[in-house]
Amino acid sequence: MAQSQALTRLAVRTKIQEIRWHRYEGYLFVAPLIIGIVAFIFLPIAASLYMSFNKWDMVSPPELVGLKNYARLVSRDRLFWKVLGNTFKYAGWIIVPSVTFPLILAALLDRPIRMRYLYRLAFFLPLVTSVVAVGLMFRWLYDGEFGLINYTLSWVGIDGPNWLSDPFWAMPAVAMVTVWQGLGYNMVLYLAGLQGIPDHLHEAATIDGAGPFSRFFRITIPLLTPTMFFILVMSVIGTFQTFGLIYVMTQGGPINSTNVYIYYLWQMAFGSSKMGYASAMAWILALVIFTVTMIQVRLARLWVHY
Amino acid sequence: MRTARVDRVASRRQQQLLANTITHILLIVLGLAALAPFWWMISTSFKTEFEAFQIPPTWLPLEPTLEAYGDLFLNQPFGIFLYNSVKIAVLGVGGQLITSSLAAFAFARLDFPGKNVLFIIVLSTMMVPYAVTVIPLYIVMHRIGWVNTHLPLIVPAMLSSAYGTFLLRQFMFSLPVELEDAARIDGCSSFGIYRRIALPLMKPALATLGVFSFMASWNNFFGPFIFLDRKYLFTVQLGVALVQRQWYTSWPRLMAGSVVVTLPVLLVFLLLQRYFVRGISLTGIKG
Repeated sequence: MAQSQALTRLAVRTKIQEIRWHRYEGYLFVAPLIIGIVAFIFLPIAASLYMSFNKWDMVSPPELVGLKNYARLVSRDRLFWKVLGNTFKYAGWIIVPSVTFPLILAALLDRPIRMRYLYRLAFFLPLVTSVVAVGLMFRWLYDGEFGLINYTLSWVGIDGPNWLSDPFWAMPAVAMVTVWQGLGYNMVLYLAGLQGIPDHLHEAATIDGAGPFSRFFRITIPLLTPTMFFILVMSVIGTFQTFGLIYVMTQGGPINSTNVYIYYLWQMAFGSSKMGYASAMAWILALVIFTVTMIQVRLARLWVHY
Repeated sequence: MRTARVDRVASRRQQQLLANTITHILLIVLGLAALAPFWWMISTSFKTEFEAFQIPPTWLPLEPTLEAYGDLFLNQPFGIFLYNSVKIAVLGVGGQLITSSLAAFAFARLDFPGKNVLFIIVLSTMMVPYAVTVIPLYIVMHRIGWVNTHLPLIVPAMLSSAYGTFLLRQFMFSLPVELEDAARIDGCSSFGIYRRIALPLMKPALATLGVFSFMASWNNFFGPFIFLDRKYLFTVQLGVALVQRQWYTSWPRLMAGSVVVTLPVLLVFLLLQRYFVRGISLTGIKG
């Protein structure tokens, strides 16, 4: 009797130990990811913050300067403000077309028409093409003398500008490339949104005598506002971090008219070796992105129907 | 009475036909706008230098030539660039699939102290702009001698994919738990369950993640641009940028380069596109 009790106790104890060990087993599974995230994201974030308070050219030892980098950026670096303004301008150019064009596409493709599959494929191609290829393609299309765009415009008697070397036109020209590339992605988001709209709403409205247009504007669009909001937020965040397209298409020119934030940051960090200064720029960017996103979230209450 | 109904049906049909025609016309116009640049890229890549600058431009090359492609592979090491890109993508994506699926399994199915906090921390890293981490990363890589190797492009990709973990975890929730419970009762270890049950069931999601990460890696420009400046280590993207620096307006060469960087990723996309579409809607809407 006593012996069997002891045996049960032993069994229970080993079971408990097993359970205890099981409680921590999960750590083994997440360990590689957590190590990677700490090493390649968290430590760099901390280092970046520290570096932003230093003056450092990677040759001589870093020198602690407090908030001087930030102060200089905001008060004395005129290019900084220009570049920040350009980034906003860039975002401004893409917002309306990247919210509307894909919506039109999705609305057209949501109906059961023939060759739907092929059309969808066509709008995906730009998405899977790299910014380098896209940038080069459009540099060629935008060419002032031999480009296809100006040639097409000449059919209707318009003498197109030399797009990428014109300080006014360069920015909208680059922005349109971004819109073109994002068409397929945003279209899929809208298509998913459209599938979430229950049919009975449309049926009820049809019975009440609503035509296709009023149904589109009064049912479809309000119910797609969450998707629109998502596209808006993601597009803005994306434009704030553009680098490759600018590097390939304009190198920030002409006269810095397409010099955007990350491009300037790259020039500072890897062109002029101002590592501390560039780190401060990165933190200001993070703050700007955060603020802009928060403002959008606030404004969303006014127009997004959840 | 009867004719009225027939008329109504007929006019309904006509309306539908009209609507479909308009839809097709609009889609064809927009589709051409999406595809014309590609047509122009391919067509130019087969032209001679002289023909590229002809006005009016020729839609099809009059005397098609492989000169531009020959230049890329014979005068520039494009074969090596392609190899480098494939190597970086395959190793990075492979590693990422393993670490993310392990972590996703644990976050979805195992219970351990601090699990939720840990998951939120992982997710929050998706919001950090790349600009913040790239400078310190560069400095560290420089210190440990990894600049001008492929390691800074492979190792972080392998180990730190919050996006992949998120995507796979979402997918795990849609799988039945019963199989795993049965296996556990039969004495299977957690790792056994992961290997023998969860991983095979996750295949579609792994394919989605694989397609996405492959494309992201293949099309990545900023990373290789920062970490590599020896020509023989270049990826195809850097190779094309190099061609641009060398021949700024030699359009047949530049377009041939663009065709070469686009083709592999296009093939992957065409083969696996259904996973691609699902990935966008899975993370876009639910995220």
